[in-house]
Amino acid sequence: MPIKKFVVGNFYDEQVLFPAIKNVRKTGYKIHDVYTPFPIHGLDTALGLRDTSLHTAGFIYGITGTTTAFSFITWTLTTDWPLNIGGKPFFSLPAWIPIMFELTVLFAAVGMVLTFCYLCQLAPFVKKDHFNPRSTDDTFTMAIELNERSNEQEIVSFLQSVGAQDVSVQLKETGWWLGRYDKEQTLYNQPIEVAG
Amino acid sequence: MAIKEQYVIPKRYNTLSLALMAIGILSIIILYITHGAASGSSEEAIHERSRFWASLLQNSVYFLLVVNAAMFFICATTLAWGGWQLSFRRVSEAIAACVPVVGIIAFVVLMAVVFGGDHALYHWTEPKDELDASLLHKHGFLNKTFFTVWTSITIAGWALLGRKIRSISRSIDDRPLTISEGKRYIWKNTVWSAIFLVLFGLTVMSTIPWLWLMSINAHWYSTMFSWYTFASSFVAGVALITLFVVFLKNNGYLEYTTREHLHDLGKFQFAFSIFWTYLWYSQFMLIWYANIPEETIYFEPRLQGVYRGLFFLNLIINFLAPLLILMRRGSKRNYGTITMMSVLILFGHWIDFYQMVMPGISPNHVPNMLLDLGIALGFVGLIMFLTVRNLAKAPLIAKNHPFLKESIVHHT
Repeated sequence: MPIKKFVVGNFYDEQVLFPAIKNVRKTGYKIHDVYTPFPIHGLDTALGLRDTSLHTAGFIYGITGTTTAFSFITWTLTTDWPLNIGGKPFFSLPAWIPIMFELTVLFAAVGMVLTFCYLCQLAPFVKKDHFNPRSTDDTFTMAIELNERSNEQEIVSFLQSVGAQDVSVQLKETGWWLGRYDKEQTLYNQPIEVAG
Repeated sequence: MAIKEQYVIPKRYNTLSLALMAIGILSIIILYITHGAASGSSEEAIHERSRFWASLLQNSVYFLLVVNAAMFFICATTLAWGGWQLSFRRVSEAIAACVPVVGIIAFVVLMAVVFGGDHALYHWTEPKDELDASLLHKHGFLNKTFFTVWTSITIAGWALLGRKIRSISRSIDDRPLTISEGKRYIWKNTVWSAIFLVLFGLTVMSTIPWLWLMSINAHWYSTMFSWYTFASSFVAGVALITLFVVFLKNNGYLEYTTREHLHDLGKFQFAFSIFWTYLWYSQFMLIWYANIPEETIYFEPRLQGVYRGLFFLNLIINFLAPLLILMRRGSKRNYGTITMMSVLILFGHWIDFYQMVMPGISPNHVPNMLLDLGIALGFVGLIMFLTVRNLAKAPLIAKNHPFLKESIVHHT
């Protein structure tokens, strides 16, 4: 995966963060992401993110579960091994509804957890690195992606001017498997540079 | 932001609600002439009369439970220390203020059915020595005295506690609270809401549907029945609140109520439609599975008899439609969709009550629903008429409530 350069700024107050996001976007810099210790209402809208499609995935997993349960029970109880249970017809839908429901929930839940992990690039034994470890504690961390043409120093001073503190320039590996730093020991051990 | 605090009733609105009430009264008169006025003690005459009373019973009980569910909504959210509902809390208060009037109508109808002399609707009202063993066994619960006393306590309790909770809400309209006063105010609200919920639990969630509705099929019983009825009335109550909220928004009121609040009301409708289905199904499946004649008798006319169409229509309107339509976030935030769904849910649960009551008196043919719908429109007109009157009595927003800010910045 390519290693990219980011300008990282920290905020300690939502009142500063929101106007800053607005300013950064208006100026045209590309925000890679904003990391916060807790969900902040309205942050998605401020960042201009589209709605997640996790719901749609969940719905599809759900109906897959319903269909699986329905077709499997139908096959076993009417074709493969019909049993006379209390004189009920072989095809007794009401008795199957609880199982259909359970499998719907099971498929939707497990499928959505796995999809969520995939989307967030989480997996067992994958080490994640943070732009700023304090973004899991009390700091909002904004990362702006740099390209060949962007002026590093200009972005750093711009971030400082909109209220960011401890602005630094960091190298990170992006994309899927972002954070396999157990393989990239050099990068993992590199101390965080703090500019300014 | 300057807000319109005082609601002014539009002129055309009154005409509409009075016209609906006129339709209701006309339907009652027509139904009385065609059915209720049948005289004599022949089997046929008793059946005709019970058809008239069953319709009144179904409509008055349904609409009483629905308007009372608005007070349950207030108390449940208050007890949970919720703040989001405050921007439209006065709307649910105004709906709940219909309880005394609709309650008196329901009480008169119930008393007329119990003491009317016919036993077609409530078999258990027959003299004690004519009851069979099963009804004799239930006589400690199903008797005229207990029915009358408990019905009076219930309706009076709903009305009085609802009034108390409304007056607490209005008491701080003209004075801002200090922090310690605010804490005391929240505590007072919580205590009174808890008292209401205890009464609600003892009535709507247990005894009242058994007495008013289930005893039409006096030999049959289901412990699930009250919860199922409660879920039915509560989801319809939330639909009614939503309709009034949308109506007021359309007229330029409730500036602080936004799509976010609508979204949460939509979630309530969605969740409680599923909850209703869960209870409906729990009741149905156990009876279907055990297949004991004395229990399946309830479902025989409904599932295999002439009510089959209504039975499945009930499930489609009240389960499939909310499930599939309200599942999407966009449809809960869309004024058009949510209005359509609220009307559909109110109608769907009216159908649900219809199929609870009617097979009990007429198992072999479905009565013509047209006049029942006319009476339902009358009740709708009455609730419309009373609710806006109550809305106009107090400011539309409880501006000194400590949690109001939470509702204004509410975000789902």
